[in-house]
Amino acid sequence: MKLTAIAAAAVMAASPVMADLVFPDLSYRTGPYAANGIPFSDGYQDYFTLLNERDGGIGGVPAKVIECETGYNTEKGVECYEATKGEGALVYQPLSTGITYQLIPKVTADGIPMHTMGYGRTSAKNGKVFSNVFNYPANYWDGASHAINHIMSQGDIAGKKIALVYHNSAYGKEPIRTLEELSKKHGFELMLVPVDHPGQEQKSQWLQIRQQRPDNVIMYGWGVMNQVAIQEAANIRFPMENFIGIWWSGSENDVLPAGDRADGYKALTFHNLGDDYPLYDDLRKYVVDAGKAAGAGDQLGSALYNRGMYAAMLAAEAAKTAQEIHGTGDITPAMMRDGMEALEMTEAKMEEIGLPGFGPEFKVSCENHGGNGLGAVAQWDYAAKEWKLITGYEGSDQDVIQPLVDEDSAAFAAESGIEPGCK
Amino acid sequence: MFYREAGDFKTSYPEDSQTFPIKFDRYRYYVVLAVAFLIIPFIINDYWANAVFVPFLIYAIAAIGLNILTGYCGQVSLGTGGFMAVGAYSVYKLMTAFPEVSMLIHVPLAGLITAGVVTLFGLPSLRIKGFYLAVATLAAQFFLVWLFNKVPWFYNYSASGQISSPERDVFGIIVTGPNTEAWAKYMICLVFVTLAALIARNLTRGSIGRKWMAIRDMDIAAEIIGVNPMMAKLSAFAVSGFFVGIAGALFFSVYLGAAEVGESFGIDKSFLVLFMVIIGGLGSIFGSFAGAAFMVLLPVFLKNVFVGMLGWPTDLAAHLQFIVAGGLIIVFLILEPHGLAQLWRLAKEKLRLWPFPH
Repeated sequence: MKLTAIAAAAVMAASPVMADLVFPDLSYRTGPYAANGIPFSDGYQDYFTLLNERDGGIGGVPAKVIECETGYNTEKGVECYEATKGEGALVYQPLSTGITYQLIPKVTADGIPMHTMGYGRTSAKNGKVFSNVFNYPANYWDGASHAINHIMSQGDIAGKKIALVYHNSAYGKEPIRTLEELSKKHGFELMLVPVDHPGQEQKSQWLQIRQQRPDNVIMYGWGVMNQVAIQEAANIRFPMENFIGIWWSGSENDVLPAGDRADGYKALTFHNLGDDYPLYDDLRKYVVDAGKAAGAGDQLGSALYNRGMYAAMLAAEAAKTAQEIHGTGDITPAMMRDGMEALEMTEAKMEEIGLPGFGPEFKVSCENHGGNGLGAVAQWDYAAKEWKLITGYEGSDQDVIQPLVDEDSAAFAAESGIEPGCK
Repeated sequence: MFYREAGDFKTSYPEDSQTFPIKFDRYRYYVVLAVAFLIIPFIINDYWANAVFVPFLIYAIAAIGLNILTGYCGQVSLGTGGFMAVGAYSVYKLMTAFPEVSMLIHVPLAGLITAGVVTLFGLPSLRIKGFYLAVATLAAQFFLVWLFNKVPWFYNYSASGQISSPERDVFGIIVTGPNTEAWAKYMICLVFVTLAALIARNLTRGSIGRKWMAIRDMDIAAEIIGVNPMMAKLSAFAVSGFFVGIAGALFFSVYLGAAEVGESFGIDKSFLVLFMVIIGGLGSIFGSFAGAAFMVLLPVFLKNVFVGMLGWPTDLAAHLQFIVAGGLIIVFLILEPHGLAQLWRLAKEKLRLWPFPH
């Protein structure tokens, strides 16, 4: 019982200062997914540090980031959620589809919003069913459609064989339905190649690919699985320009281990890359040079750092929107939800923030929690060691995706007894 | 001093052979039960339920199950994660197929289904032993995970392969799903863990438990004195499977709420429960609780100390936690290879003689 007392004291010690806007960061800096978890978390935290240092917070109220290590593990994710929700957490961003599935019912019951940017349950796009879950600006099914669109833009797709190499979990399985529909529509053959967690061993999968010779490979990977897949693809001399990853398989950490053999590998993205933005000057001045950067402070400008920063920026903008709607600086999770549902990102806004042209314009509404689903293709340039956008932001095939969203969200509504409707 | 036996007379055989023959022990046990049933439910909150008590109680059931198989009957199993998955997926299928039936029926039914599956995978134990049996159960682990991933019927054809537990009740009190009160979660697990411990304790000190232990200590000798090895081994697999299945069912439906077989019931789960049994003490019901407490509470405790109290970076804390937990496991195994249960036994012996050690 002594242990109980000490742990209780520990919980007390970390107790809330209610005046802050609390943004929990469910990060993972350990385990097989750390290579991808670290830059995202650094970007997420640094943006809030910047707002605090430069502007004194959001709308005059300081932001407070509580970091909690999940290790990409759902049980630890649940523990983190329970440990932080009492502190007035405004929005959860677990960066894990598995944890997202755990938290969807919990956040809905507790009235806390969750933002799963480009991951999570795709049908959460339907805000009439998923009142507290947002996945703007793009989702997995958009990604699948972008990849197919890109392949189609390079030649006739009918009769081609396309392999999907995926993380054998809820995350990797998400695009299968969409790709099956698309294969019916466009007449290509789909080949499924699952890779089990954590994906360090993929010899048999790539042997299968070498034998069956698909024309293109689409990858839904994460963590160490990405690096291994790109190296294995290089080993079997699979042409890199025919290998395209979802945005979670497109960070520098994924391509660098394969060296020059990864040159030409493609990945999708829903925001811009690089560090050529006015915001970065401020980040360097107020955060990095002041020694306040999260982690080692060496991730600035990497693809996932940018994504973490983008996630934080959208959260901060939603908080601002919520402050305007409710006329108070000290917002609650319920107000934050309203802010997210009324969020509108325009070019003018992004320019004001210091990120001109960084992400697509979109507007969230109750009917559409998922944004417009715009995405672009980036290609790895080994010589320059950077990602280059090779297409503009394009839309996805909503004729295929929207019915699937409706179907899946209706199934969820029936399963959990939710009456679809706007609040 | 504390364990004074003077004046504690036994006048009948049942009294003499009860689980806690020493009066002080017996009262301590009643106090623990009273605190668990009458005090904790009224003060528990979401964090304590979800991060501490519910996982501890559920892992305790799993550890009791594995302890029967490995600790009492001597059959090493590395398939616990897969067997828990059987419990989880059976309770999911039952919950979705018969929504109006109480969870108090679904969970034991899931346990029975798991018992059947585990008995099936226990058949090789009649021919192979030791490490070879461990490898056979390892195969069961991988086969079951593959099966639940591969066959969409098990997850009701959901697009992501996830199973999520719908809202179900016991006597009108919601025990699964997101709207469950913390005390309800805690109570349903507590009821199952209490029953499991009572059943396990009484099985292991009865004739069937003696047969298991005879097989464990030397199977040829046991066969010569008239123990049927097939019945003894398969019954151990079945009983163990029943408890592990209940643990898996509660783990999915009450604790996690949504699960994915590869992540929630992977090989690491098998090792975790095996470590609990080894650290707690092979062949001891108390050891199952001690091991589960050690493996579940220590990480949460260390995390709260390192991050909550000392304010260290989370990655440093997470890595240090591995080092401290791993180091403690090694220290325990070197100093006391029979686990925490043996430490407890020794402490009791010392207390009985105290303050006159000779």
